[in-house]
Amino acid sequence: MFDIERWQEIFDTIRKNKLRTFLTGLSVASGIFILVILLGFGQGMQNGIAHEFEQDASTSVWVWPGMTSMEYKGMNPGRRIQLRNGNFEYWSQAEGEHIDRQSPRLFVQNVSVTYGNEALVYGIHGVASGFQFIENAKMAQGRFINLSDMEGTAKVVVIGDKIRRDVFGHLDTPIGEYIEFSGLPFKIVGVYKELREREEETLYIPLSTAQKVFNGGDRVSNLAYTLPPAENFDQAVAEAVAFKDELRQYLQQAHTVAPEDTSAIQVWSAMEEAKRYYSLTGNIKFFFWFVGICTIIAGVVGVSNIMLIVVKERTREIGIRKALGAKPWSIVGMILHEAIFVTSLSGFLGLILSMGLLEVVGPHVEVDYIMNPSVNLTVALSTVFVLILAGTIAGFFPAWRAANIRVINALRDE
Amino acid sequence: MIEIKDLHKSYKMGSNSLHVLKGINFKAEEGELVAIMGSSGSGKSTLLNILGMLDEADTGEYILDGVPIKNLSETKAAKYRNKFLGFVFQSFNLINYKSALENVALPLYYQKVGRKEREAKAMKYLEQVGLKEWADHLPNELSGGQKQRVAIARAMAAEPKVLLADEPTGALDSTTSYEVMDLIQQINDLGNTILVVTHEEDIAHMCKRIIHLRDGVIVEDKKIEQVRASQYVQ
Repeated sequence: MFDIERWQEIFDTIRKNKLRTFLTGLSVASGIFILVILLGFGQGMQNGIAHEFEQDASTSVWVWPGMTSMEYKGMNPGRRIQLRNGNFEYWSQAEGEHIDRQSPRLFVQNVSVTYGNEALVYGIHGVASGFQFIENAKMAQGRFINLSDMEGTAKVVVIGDKIRRDVFGHLDTPIGEYIEFSGLPFKIVGVYKELREREEETLYIPLSTAQKVFNGGDRVSNLAYTLPPAENFDQAVAEAVAFKDELRQYLQQAHTVAPEDTSAIQVWSAMEEAKRYYSLTGNIKFFFWFVGICTIIAGVVGVSNIMLIVVKERTREIGIRKALGAKPWSIVGMILHEAIFVTSLSGFLGLILSMGLLEVVGPHVEVDYIMNPSVNLTVALSTVFVLILAGTIAGFFPAWRAANIRVINALRDE
Repeated sequence: MIEIKDLHKSYKMGSNSLHVLKGINFKAEEGELVAIMGSSGSGKSTLLNILGMLDEADTGEYILDGVPIKNLSETKAAKYRNKFLGFVFQSFNLINYKSALENVALPLYYQKVGRKEREAKAMKYLEQVGLKEWADHLPNELSGGQKQRVAIARAMAAEPKVLLADEPTGALDSTTSYEVMDLIQQINDLGNTILVVTHEEDIAHMCKRIIHLRDGVIVEDKKIEQVRASQYVQ
């Protein structure tokens, strides 16, 4: 391998057989190139889908009440279920250790919002302090609703970044400004950011304020929770499902709903949804692997073919070399050495080109469901080695046969 | 130098076997120039292949420079070929992507001679065959006679004990043939043992001894008065 004479001999051969070398190299390089690009986009698709689902905390559980669809214990179907503060408080006492963050939410309706002369048409949600984490909202300025706001029924509001841009764009900061809710001034205490702009169009006020000031009584529209992190994904899913089922059972009892009635109280768990999309991306990834492996096989067949032809073409030369005293192993070594050198060089060239392309173009890809296509270096490297190995094995057998051919046969005039 | 005793060789052709060599005995001393003659099918090429360790006899003894040649592995045969024998073929068998110089240097590569020394030695032999100026040319840029001279230089480069030439003039016109024979005679004059297989009478008479083969046996083995090829060459 480190025999300088052998290297010189091989470079000689390569230099004087440029077309042959080029074609061998091209088939290897293009095989690697296509494979890496394919795998890169498979990964990009997975990233893209993961990104789409990243908007809410992944362990969140939501309760959406609806209408009963079954008769139960003398109650007619078609009854609307209304959640109360009591439901929320009971559950946080009963299951407190299984909850990471929690907050009820009340949609405030029929309230006009103005800033100066401007009417603001945004949704108003009464929430507790934990809601920020459940929605995965980041604070851009100021703070979110806190506990003392809740206790003091403070007239404070947290606005989304889009609202800040649309309404308060002329100000350095909207914090400290007042918005009027049906004539009552609310002070802006914070600006939050979300991954998606359309989720920044909500005004958050303390739930207690929403209930007291806007005549909400003890009604709430949703219950929202996040669960503490679990050791692994499967366990997290199992815990989420258990939590969800227990929560529904409790609420069904509390509101006298038939246990089979699925439309009355709907409990939605992000974890279950996540599991669905994880298996989806798993399938996509499998598909790309499948295509990639087919590409590799095509590459291997291509390399093997070229090796066969190369050896065939060199049979006479091998005969001459043997007549001049070349040992069989030195013939095999020479052919394989050259093959490995050419496939490695072109394999890594294809690898560098394709990874460079992904590196340069990847971050600029702005298509839905494809984000930052990239490829695992280990995977890419191992494919290069597979191809080199395949080329070597494919080259070995014809080389071995050629090396053991009788010189007379090799030199016989055609 | 070469000693052969009761050499037999047969080839299997399907169900029947073809007995090609039926007991060959001969001896060649160092410095001899022997022509092996015979019509096609007489077994002369088979004999040369056995002498060149490119093929193996079924029975009989073959002793080359005191070394019995028997049951050789491919590796051992390769080593002996490199050390003992130089080949010249009818169709030259130069490697077409290597220059004349590199072709001549190739047997030295297999003797593990360093690159510099290899090239110097190769150049010396090219000069000896009168092709120094053609050292950098590829075989397809050379005439037939030049190619054969490069091949002879290559066979000589390894400094073999015996030079085996299989129809060295078979692909050449008569003027060029005489040039090549002149070269072979010069090499023989330096003391090298040379065996030439040919079916041309005039070529055979430029050797010092003629062995006639017919149907796998030696029918005639005589020393002759050598005709110098130089008288036909200007």
